[in-house]
Order: sequence, then C-alpha cells, then structure tokens
Amino acid sequence: MKIAVLTKAIPSYESSIRVDSSGSWIDESVVNFVVNESDSYALEEALQIKEQLNDDTEVVVVIMGNENNTSKVLKDGLAKGADRGIFINNDNIDTDPLSIAKLFSENLKEESFDLIFSGLQSDDLGSGQTGVLIGELLDMSTATLGIETKMEDGKIKVKRELESGWFQWVTLPFPASISIQSGINEPRYPSLKGIMGAKRKDVKSLHANSLGDNKQKFIELFLPKTEKVTEKIEGDVDSVVARMLDILKNTLKVI
Amino acid sequence: MILVVLENQRGNIHAFSQEAVVAGQQLSDKLGLDLSILCLGENASSLRDQASDYKANNLILAQHDLINAYSADGYSKVLSNVISELSPKYVLMGHSYMVRDFLPRVSAKLDIPFVSDIISVDYDNDSPIFSRQVFNAKLATKVKATSDTVLLSFQSAAFSSDDMQIGGSESQSDFSVNLEASDIKSESEAEFQESASGVDLTTAELIVSVGRGIESQDNLPLVESLASAMNAEIASSRPVVDMGWLPGYRQVGSSGQAVSPKLYLSVGISGAIQHVVGMKGSKTIMAINKDEDAPIFEIADYAVIGDLMEIVPKLTEALQK
Repeated sequence: MKIAVLTKAIPSYESSIRVDSSGSWIDESVVNFVVNESDSYALEEALQIKEQLNDDTEVVVVIMGNENNTSKVLKDGLAKGADRGIFINNDNIDTDPLSIAKLFSENLKEESFDLIFSGLQSDDLGSGQTGVLIGELLDMSTATLGIETKMEDGKIKVKRELESGWFQWVTLPFPASISIQSGINEPRYPSLKGIMGAKRKDVKSLHANSLGDNKQKFIELFLPKTEKVTEKIEGDVDSVVARMLDILKNTLKVI
Repeated sequence: MILVVLENQRGNIHAFSQEAVVAGQQLSDKLGLDLSILCLGENASSLRDQASDYKANNLILAQHDLINAYSADGYSKVLSNVISELSPKYVLMGHSYMVRDFLPRVSAKLDIPFVSDIISVDYDNDSPIFSRQVFNAKLATKVKATSDTVLLSFQSAAFSSDDMQIGGSESQSDFSVNLEASDIKSESEAEFQESASGVDLTTAELIVSVGRGIESQDNLPLVESLASAMNAEIASSRPVVDMGWLPGYRQVGSSGQAVSPKLYLSVGISGAIQHVVGMKGSKTIMAINKDEDAPIFEIADYAVIGDLMEIVPKLTEALQK
C-alpha cells in the first residue's frame, strides 16, 4: 500500500502575524514555520497503519511551498518515519483551495496512492477543503474529520466526527482521501536514529506550475475589528487580581 | 438565482441552514435575484414542511432512495446535477461538518470556487465580497470570487435566524434525481453518540475554561481550584482534550458543546475559530492570556493581559478568603 500524507508548514502559534506591505499577505520574515497541527496527527496515523500492516507499505510525506518555509517540516516527517518525501516547490502564494488542490493532483497522480491523508484544515488559510478536493480530482472516495481508522477486508473504515459529540462510521474503498481530526492518536517525536536516517531518505523535488486560474482571491488582509468594548486589565499581578475580583463581585455579581 | 441548500440534523433543519436562508434572502434582495431553497436527501420532505414559511421564490425537493441517508458521494453528485440544471449564481449552506465533507467535491466536479466559513458579506457596487478568518482568527481576509456559480458556506452566527423573512414560497417543485447504486462508493453506518456520561455545560451559569496556555497537565489543579472557588464548571478548548488532560465532554467548540453562561472565564485560550463558535454566546467573557494579540481578546469584555501561572493562584487565594 502507498500512503501519502499531505503536510503544510504554517506560522507557529507564538509567531507574530502582521500584514505585509502588499496588503494581501503576511510578513513572513518574522514568522517561525512549523507543521500544521492536524497534519502531524495524519502522519502518525499513516505510520501506525504501516506498522500494523507490517508489509511493504510505504508512507510518503508531501509538502508544497517555498523551500525556506517547508524544509524543516519535511525533514521532521522523514525523521519520524516516513519512507520518502515529495517536495512541490511553489514560490507563489496561492490562496485558492481549488488551484492548490489541482497543483497537488497534477504532481501526485502518477504515484497512484492508495490512501491520501491530510489534516482536516490548515491553521493559516483554514479553508478545510484540500483533501476532499484532491480526492474528487483523482477519483478517490473521501471522508473528513477522521477520529479513528481501521483496515478491514481491503477497505478502510473511518470514524467521522460529527457535531456536538456525535459520530459515524463510514467504510471507503481504495483509493481514498481522508482528512484527519487532531487528537486521533499521540504523534511521536523523531528519534535520534530517525533524525540521522532522514538525511539518507529520498526526496523528490517537483515544481508547481502555477495555473493562473484562481477563481477566488484575497483582495485584502486586515486585523479584525473588535465588536465589543473591551476593558484591558494589565499591570502588576496584585492590581490585576484586585480589578478582576471587583468585576466578579460588584459588576457581574457572580460571586 | 440564489440557491440555499437545507441540511437535516436529526429530524430538524440545521440551525446553520436557517442562518444560510437569511443570508440567501439578503443576497437575493441586494442583487435582485430569485431565491430557491433546496431540500436535499435525508428527511427532505419533512424539511420542506418545516421550511414552508420561509420567504422564497421556489422550494425544491430532491429525493431519492440512495440519498435517504447522507453520503458524500450521493450528495455531491445530486447537488452538482441540480447546479448544472438550474445555474444558480450563488449556492449557500451553513459551514457544518457535513458541508465540509461533501461541498468541496461539488467544487472540484464543476470546477467552481467554494468560499468556506464566511463571517460577513460586503458589497463592492453590486459585487459581493466575503470576509473569512485566517491565521487562527488573528487576521481576516476579504475574498472575491469569479465564476458563473460560486459555492458559499457561512460560519455559525454570521447571520441570525431572528432575521428570517417569512411569508412562504411562491412555488414548489420536484427535482428529478438520477442516481445509480454504483455512484455511492462508501457505506455509512448510523450516527451515534458516545456514552452520555459527562457534564451538560450548556446549562452552566459560570464556566472556567482552560486552553493550551496551561502548558502541562501538572498545572491543571491551578485552574480546577479556581473553578471550585468560583463554584464554576470547568471546560476546555480542544488541545487540552487532545492531550488527554481533560475528558472530551469538557470541550467547548465546534466539535464539543456550545455554551452561553453568565460568565465565561477563559484561561490560556488563544481563541481559534473552532473554539470561539462554541462560546461567543456567553453573556460576559473574561479572558486571561499573556499574548496581547490573542484573538480571544477581540470578543472579550475583559482582556486580562498577563501570566496565568501568576494570576490564577492569586485570584483563587483571594476568592477563598
């Protein structure tokens, strides 16, 4: 079985996110890029399937973007145990999910993956569409928000998370593209041996030829306006706590 | 034409769908386009009855044995056929988990854009511009879509079902669905709930909610003591549950419970969209976070900027006096 795991390098939670001078993207020079959270769960799920099957199953970590932002995330995926990598070099900033999915599909189609795992959404653009779009473009069956997977009779069973604490099992034939919800497993850390071994693993470099057919685009990026009148409470701990107590007791009367 | 697609949620029109109808009515008024409402698949005829008051030009029923239960294969195929036949300018749905599961398939099948999780609509002359949150709600973006048909999904509460225009639909019609068993590749089982054990946070008056800022399970007693001193329920954002530090039934957000307490005191929660949709209905929001730019502060009434490890124990101590 061949399993692709789509990973994305996104700004870390701690990074300062500022709009750049173009007004339509962020200033990347002050940003630390890390793996998108749900993608690391997707990789772990693929590695666990490989270990369970214990056959010649191959896990391929796939990443698109520019080399600076992505190389550490790709190396980390290999160090955790992916067998090889595919790097799709793309210096453009694509924000149209369908264009992004087409770039992936065109570069991945000849690999004929049996399974494509992705995180349920990226914490930067947050469209939550890529895995499903690629599934449709490559004529695969699809499921989203997977919270458990099982291999069964040549198919994959996925426990889908629904809203408000409801779930549903869905069984998909291969090939299948499945997006993974965070929390599904415990992502491993790379071992020292893994880190050393990653250097010898094969990474195929491809180039994304931008399609120039973006059907949706960002025309402006901005700081959200505060809807509420917010009282800021800051300063030394004692005065902060005193003000909080005052609000709880006298304004809100909740204690 | 504007087409709004209704979603069934265990027998009723999904709350997000009602909001999508309101969005559709407003878009229809603004652009001078007819509004059609589609009752698709699961429980469709009951949805049509429930929607009979909604003001619209046409109420459409699309039923077939093969889509009596939801599947991404079936729904994406049928909705694609409806769109190809009716050529709506905009197709609107709520940004539910079902929509995430199948609407991108329609986008890829028909090669049309899907602008997802929209929080508001503005107009540039007569051309709608859609706002979305990006970078975990730290920024927002305005999106313009160019295509004969555009798919849209709206974040919960982007529109209010209180603004529903009623008066019923001028006409009703049936869409004849062509679907074959071979179109459905996946097999879905019945929806189920995990053991009902746990806590109903939806009726809690006071909630102290903890996020990844707590850093380690060892620090959790700090927040538990605070909750107990306030006589509040303890809740959390998703990462805390994912790490196994608190059980799933404590989770607030799109995959957890939606709460509206008198006071929501959030501790070390950054305010990702998935969390905020579950708590923005709180009467008062007080948030403690050391990052002044944390998106939670945008919806907070009280923004406490500081280190929770220092503030929480002192607040607890003061409350216990």
